[in-house]
Amino acid sequence: MSGKGFELYIHIPFCVRKCLYCDFLSFPADDAVKEKYVEALCEEILCAGEERHGASLSSVFIGGGTPSILPGKAIRRIMECVKEAFDVEEDAEITIECNPGTVCEENLRIYAECGINRISLGLQSADDIELKRLGRIHTFDDFVKSYEMAVSAGISNINVDLMSDIPGQTLSSWENTLRKVCSLEPAPAHISAYSLIVEEGTPFWDMQEEGKLDIPEEDTDREMYHMTSRILSEYGYARYEISNYAQPGYECRHNVGYWTGIPYYGAGLDAASYYDHARYVNTDDMDSYLRDPAACHFLTERLCTDDLMSEFMILGLRMTKGVSFAEFQSRFGISLKEKYGHQAEGFIKDGLLEEKGDFLRLTDRGLDLANVVMRSFI
Amino acid sequence: MDKSLIRNFCIVAHIDHGKSTLADRIIEKTGLLTAREMQEQVLDNMDLERERGITIKSQAVRTVYKANDGKEYIFNLIDTPGHVDFNYEVSRSLAACDGAILVVDAAQGVEAQTLANVYLALDHNLDVFPVINKIDLPSAEPQRVKDEIEDVIGIEAQDAPLISAKDGIGIDEVLEAVVNRIPAPSGDENAPLSALIFDSLYDSYKGVIVFVRVMNGTVKKGTRIRMMATGASEEVVEVGYFGAGRFIPCDELSAGMVGYITASIKTLSETEVGDTVTDADNPCSEPLPGYKKVQPVVYCGVYPADSAKYEDLKEALEKLQLNDASLFYEPETSLALGFGFRCGFLGLLHLDIIQERLEREYDLDLVTTAPSVVYKVYKTDGTVIDLTNPSNLPDPSEIEYMEEPIVNAEIMVTKDFVGSIMELCQQRRGRYISMEYIEAGRALIKYELPLNEIIYDFFDALKSRSRGYASFDYDLKGYEKSSLVKLDILINKEQVDALSFIVHSDSAYERGRRMCEKLKDEIPRHLFEIPIQACVGGRVIARETVKAMRKDVLAKCYGGDITRKKKLLEKQKEGKKRMRQVGSVEIPQSAFMSVLKLDDDN
Repeated sequence: MSGKGFELYIHIPFCVRKCLYCDFLSFPADDAVKEKYVEALCEEILCAGEERHGASLSSVFIGGGTPSILPGKAIRRIMECVKEAFDVEEDAEITIECNPGTVCEENLRIYAECGINRISLGLQSADDIELKRLGRIHTFDDFVKSYEMAVSAGISNINVDLMSDIPGQTLSSWENTLRKVCSLEPAPAHISAYSLIVEEGTPFWDMQEEGKLDIPEEDTDREMYHMTSRILSEYGYARYEISNYAQPGYECRHNVGYWTGIPYYGAGLDAASYYDHARYVNTDDMDSYLRDPAACHFLTERLCTDDLMSEFMILGLRMTKGVSFAEFQSRFGISLKEKYGHQAEGFIKDGLLEEKGDFLRLTDRGLDLANVVMRSFI
Repeated sequence: MDKSLIRNFCIVAHIDHGKSTLADRIIEKTGLLTAREMQEQVLDNMDLERERGITIKSQAVRTVYKANDGKEYIFNLIDTPGHVDFNYEVSRSLAACDGAILVVDAAQGVEAQTLANVYLALDHNLDVFPVINKIDLPSAEPQRVKDEIEDVIGIEAQDAPLISAKDGIGIDEVLEAVVNRIPAPSGDENAPLSALIFDSLYDSYKGVIVFVRVMNGTVKKGTRIRMMATGASEEVVEVGYFGAGRFIPCDELSAGMVGYITASIKTLSETEVGDTVTDADNPCSEPLPGYKKVQPVVYCGVYPADSAKYEDLKEALEKLQLNDASLFYEPETSLALGFGFRCGFLGLLHLDIIQERLEREYDLDLVTTAPSVVYKVYKTDGTVIDLTNPSNLPDPSEIEYMEEPIVNAEIMVTKDFVGSIMELCQQRRGRYISMEYIEAGRALIKYELPLNEIIYDFFDALKSRSRGYASFDYDLKGYEKSSLVKLDILINKEQVDALSFIVHSDSAYERGRRMCEKLKDEIPRHLFEIPIQACVGGRVIARETVKAMRKDVLAKCYGGDITRKKKLLEKQKEGKKRMRQVGSVEIPQSAFMSVLKLDDDN
């Protein structure tokens, strides 16, 4: 099946402080641990490169946590290993996630030098009170400074992460956040705008259990969501996935890879991989990882054809373009209609799915109720 | 066997006054078991009983006691259930005894069930002597309780042993009192056989094991026995007595003895509690008094949550009935719930216990419909139906009138709560009969109450309104004409048969409104708006709406999330599978249950 492209994800599990809603694996750590971790990471990347026979990478994503918390030289060392282990394509998209308040000119210069060409900045809100409620460590001004620094360092392909449905958020404060971000000079190429998900194991979850989390009602949440695409389109952004918007040509190639079944290797603590029709995950135990990073990579599931078809649908439909009938046919040797026609027709009748040329895609209402559709493909 | 050395007795008490603990101590002291062998409560050998602290099936145990007079006495201790649901079983157990120990809590004093059980024991001509338990409690007032026993019950209590069953204090005194104050059995071992069945259980190896008290005559291996009420006749395979937790075969059981009989009997329905076992070849002239057929009082529909498990449920009910002849069931079909059973129970506790056993011992997920009492429907054509399922109510035009069961209720409560308890009884359509102060601080309130008003949550309401101080007992009085209507629930315009129930016309609106509110919270949002309506005779009396779903989407799904998000969707899908489809609406199982818990206090 699809042999094109291979992606590398690198996980940096460190943060200054964990945000109240965050369920990613991250924690504060001292410099010694960070240093050891970077060494282990390099070892794993080299080992993975060997196993994948130096596959060519169409994208690299250094995520976290807060990768920008590491010294610039650590990022440089990691990138050197990546290039040693893999064949990084000329035009590869190489992203690093940064949080305002952990960014400096010196590091940005290093990022640019070692080939990083995209920055994802976690802002979440332009309202300092909302930022505080989320447990963020920065203000909006901190963000603007970081943003401008990145642009000056020559990395102008920037994503900004935003969040709706924040406790205490109103429609007007959300609109204000959207407009402020779109009005940055230059405007960001990409905006991720998520509805807050209260995940189990986070302080927000506990607060919600205790009835102490004042998140907007479902109806308000949807109004915010619809407002997002309306306002962003005013500024030239098009929604291309449930929560992602981009200026034309700036869709995040790395993430699109996840939704279109491009194989990837995830390096680092708790990182997930997908290749050879199987999913893997690394240990989430730091000590084991530091002891022997190459032995911490475990198979979690092998995907049979039915699983692959199911994933093709539930991941592909996340994108507004939808899933291609032709692509389905060519990948699986069976037509999408033969496999899923029954479900698809039902949802077309309910107004959740629609056919557009070669594509089957969610309607606007379908985007709000994507799970209803996706469950039927499981 | 020298009858003068046998003592057949039971222990009667209000719930939690320490009956089972005292039984344990007696067994321990009489030396059949070492302390190490003792489980916490030897008599209660079902897990469920131990957890709930109640005794479901009456059982018996035989122990040997060497008394101060140097002789060895055989004690047959017969355990009795403490709950009103099992009153008939209690009465048969009592009939197997010659005397009773009355256990009264030194702090709580006489309670409603103390009275009910003592009167029951006195009705059976048992010699009753009291013991005051829990004297180790700081709040113990043994003298007050003694006075109360004398005043309220009218039995001599000044020399009652003061004991703590928990700490083993005063047990010797109790054992001596059993010897001295409980009479030895009478009866003639040479007369024709008559033995009272006070319990039975099913064993997969031995078949039905019948627990009997031999009143006259002798039974041994090979005796051809006949059950006088059911007519079942078999040859005895084995007789024996009850060691703690096991059966010990012996040669014969003769007048005055308590023990068991096996006779390759296949079903419990042939050995009903209260029936008389006699010798088929030399029968006694008439059966022992007091037999009656136990009738279920409360019915509800029991359905497998997963309709594929129907056969499993059927098998489980069959097995349970082997051990509980009072459980009634017959197949029924519901449009909403599919294939299941209409089950009859002795009361709500019995229902709870059976449901829990089905879920626990047979690993079944169940959906039960609202419990219903048995209504009598007098039709215009002169026929009468016993209505156990509200869905079967005939068209109103065919109904002349209906009757509902009424109980005599006795509630004992401290005087501070008299007002709120009376208010509760009024709300539940109670008819005030009397109130008397049985001692300075406490009153005995008597009401007639419709059974259907107490089967839902009366106990809970009683407890919460009296801060746990009220105690309650009832027995069935009979049927009375009543203004009853069937309340139907329509979900998205479709009637859901499993949610229909019979209600007094005065409370129909209130109940309908609460049902709708509750269902609104239970039914998840769908792609479309769902009206929920409560109707009486086709007229809508209450309505709520479940708004259309606006959001069901995972905002994020990246490389590290895919496995987890897939699992989440799978789990949601599984959850949907367990829902019941009514028309185009999926109703969670919990909705059917939640409407049973309409809290009437708010």
